[in-house]
Amino acid sequence: MAESLNQKFDNGYPASRSGLHKRLRPGEAIIQGLLLFAGFFSIFTTLGIVYELGKEALLFFQMPEVTIWAFISGTKWAPHANEFGIWPLVSATLMTTTIAMLIAIPLGLSVAIYLSEYASPKMRDTLKPMLEVLAGIPTIVYGYFALTFMTPLLRSIFGSGVVEIYNTASAGLVMGILILPLISSMTEDALSAVPRSLREAAYGMGATKLETAVQVVLPAALSGIVAAVIVGLSRAIGETMIVAVAAGAGPNFTLNPFKGAETMTGHIVRISGGDLSYDSVDYNSIFAIGLMLFVITLTLNIISQQIVRRFREVYE
Amino acid sequence: MTDLPLDPQFTFGDNITRRNQTGGIWQAVFRASTVFGILALVLLLLNILNQSFGYVAYEAKVDPVSLAVNGVALADLPKEELVKVLQAKISKAAFTKLEKDGSFTGRTSDEILGLIYERVVKYEVKETWLLWDSLTNRARIAAEVQKNYPKAKLTFESWINPGFITRPQSSNPVIAGIRTALLGSLWTILFTILVAFPLGVGAAVYLEEYAVDNWLNRLVQTNINNLAGVPSIVYGILGLAIFVRGLEPLTSGAIFGTVDPTTANGRTVLSAGFTLALLVLPIIIINSQEAIRAVPQSLRKASYGIGATKWQTVWSHVLPNAMPGILTGTILAISRAIGETAPLVVIGASTFITFDPDSPFSKFTTLPIQIYQWTSRPQAEFRNLAAAAILVLLALLLSLNAIAIVLRNRLSRKY
Repeated sequence: MAESLNQKFDNGYPASRSGLHKRLRPGEAIIQGLLLFAGFFSIFTTLGIVYELGKEALLFFQMPEVTIWAFISGTKWAPHANEFGIWPLVSATLMTTTIAMLIAIPLGLSVAIYLSEYASPKMRDTLKPMLEVLAGIPTIVYGYFALTFMTPLLRSIFGSGVVEIYNTASAGLVMGILILPLISSMTEDALSAVPRSLREAAYGMGATKLETAVQVVLPAALSGIVAAVIVGLSRAIGETMIVAVAAGAGPNFTLNPFKGAETMTGHIVRISGGDLSYDSVDYNSIFAIGLMLFVITLTLNIISQQIVRRFREVYE
Repeated sequence: MTDLPLDPQFTFGDNITRRNQTGGIWQAVFRASTVFGILALVLLLLNILNQSFGYVAYEAKVDPVSLAVNGVALADLPKEELVKVLQAKISKAAFTKLEKDGSFTGRTSDEILGLIYERVVKYEVKETWLLWDSLTNRARIAAEVQKNYPKAKLTFESWINPGFITRPQSSNPVIAGIRTALLGSLWTILFTILVAFPLGVGAAVYLEEYAVDNWLNRLVQTNINNLAGVPSIVYGILGLAIFVRGLEPLTSGAIFGTVDPTTANGRTVLSAGFTLALLVLPIIIINSQEAIRAVPQSLRKASYGIGATKWQTVWSHVLPNAMPGILTGTILAISRAIGETAPLVVIGASTFITFDPDSPFSKFTTLPIQIYQWTSRPQAEFRNLAAAAILVLLALLLSLNAIAIVLRNRLSRKY
């Protein structure tokens, strides 16, 4: 990173003999201290997250009505009735995430393969900014889209008796559209990083374009693709506004995607949107759920970084 | 080499036709996926446009035309006349209560006009139609309005108009505007940048120029990369615990003695700004690091060569050359922060305030939260308002990104 300037002259004479000293500059030291503080500030953020979430979550688990066993295995979440099972919230999160991934992974990979292998440079220059726009739209706009377009569409396809007004399917579908550009841009970067020589060699052996793309380039970029999928997954788990608007309010343990159910993130938003008294059960439950979210997404991100580090193919 | 007899009837079974066919099918699939992505974007924008314009049928309880004094329309009356109109039309008890809440001499004439619209004219939306409907079924809609709401006026309304941006929030959808939310957003972003920019650029300078490659600094770098992937709602929870609750004396202004009398708690613009600053800090750091890394070493060496110290080199040579990239990263961070809803809801942004934020210790609401509020209401006219607000938000983001792209093009100065 930085270079040391403390070099001695190598002609044998100490530097001081020629009159050159390193002048003492307290200003530099102060500035370096400030920069050091700025650099380590992010560590304070992480420590703050872990400490605050952990402290309040501990308070939550220490409450007499809550036991860890009930938290992990219970299937009803009704704090006023002293039921603290986390499964309704987790199952809703899993459902929306699964539906989103079912949309985003195949489509994202296809778009990335098209952009990197098939598209002309001019088309790539027009399409990539459009996908970046898709990625930059705020999630509340996607939530609005899910509620005002996707839900009526689903209701007209499957019938309004089958599909409720708030359901996890439309939230999941729109979340898939949200994550698609993320996966496609990271995958496209990974595919473009594969050197041309591999493709030329495959063509030289008589492979068609499809065979080159799928049997040569894709496996070579696999670590980047897996990392992209995991990042997309972690983004889907942490997504809040789409599910808060479109998926429903009220924990519901169901596997039917056409029914409303509240995810972990939607629950946090709903509880904290109302009047919240500090140290109540609801307040502390936010921290317990938040801690779970933080741990899950952090683990996924670390796994994705490790995969890239260990399995990335390095070409000279 | 012996001659191998080449049988002219011998064909290599290369299966090329079928392979090409399969290739063609999959190419169509890939192309279709790209089309789907673009289609989703187009549908999204069209849906919002569809909801932002259209016919509205609304009734006024008291026609504002009848409130004109001496032929001068209501909107053009001076403040004293407006107060007289208000006093004449609402009950004495309500008038004295309004006077108590805030004396009329202190209020602007716009505020009093708003009160008149709210209490006296009392617009009520009977029904709204989407843009597509309004353009194609004009006659049918007119007939419907005649039949169902004979007293109502039918106008083609653009829900996004200059008045929409300058009017304050209101519970009546006809006169509601986004001024409070827009100002709240701008105040919040101001504090976010004030905190995040120095910290972020400082951290990037430290990591790129001063940090030695040991385990501690590698940990810091990994930590920053991980923080970039933490869901935004976790930052909201952190902000709730630390800024709203823990630092309440600071963020509510109690230390400085300027506390908002209606609520003395930490749910203020300051807490929101700090929380969003934590959220965008990793983005600024990572982008600034890349910008600083792109400055060629030769520049630094030349500076050392003429005797500059490290900080002088950084301040006079590295930073100015990295500034376009740093600014691009900052603008990306601002775009991210403007669109964030979840952390601010957790912090406790107010759900309904009508006065503009005027200090760092005031309650606030932001544009995305306003959109969230309006989307959650069951009445259809609030969807139209939400669509109009979304258009404003998207326009804001588009202009920010355009500035970022212009800056990025300026970056391509070759050395």
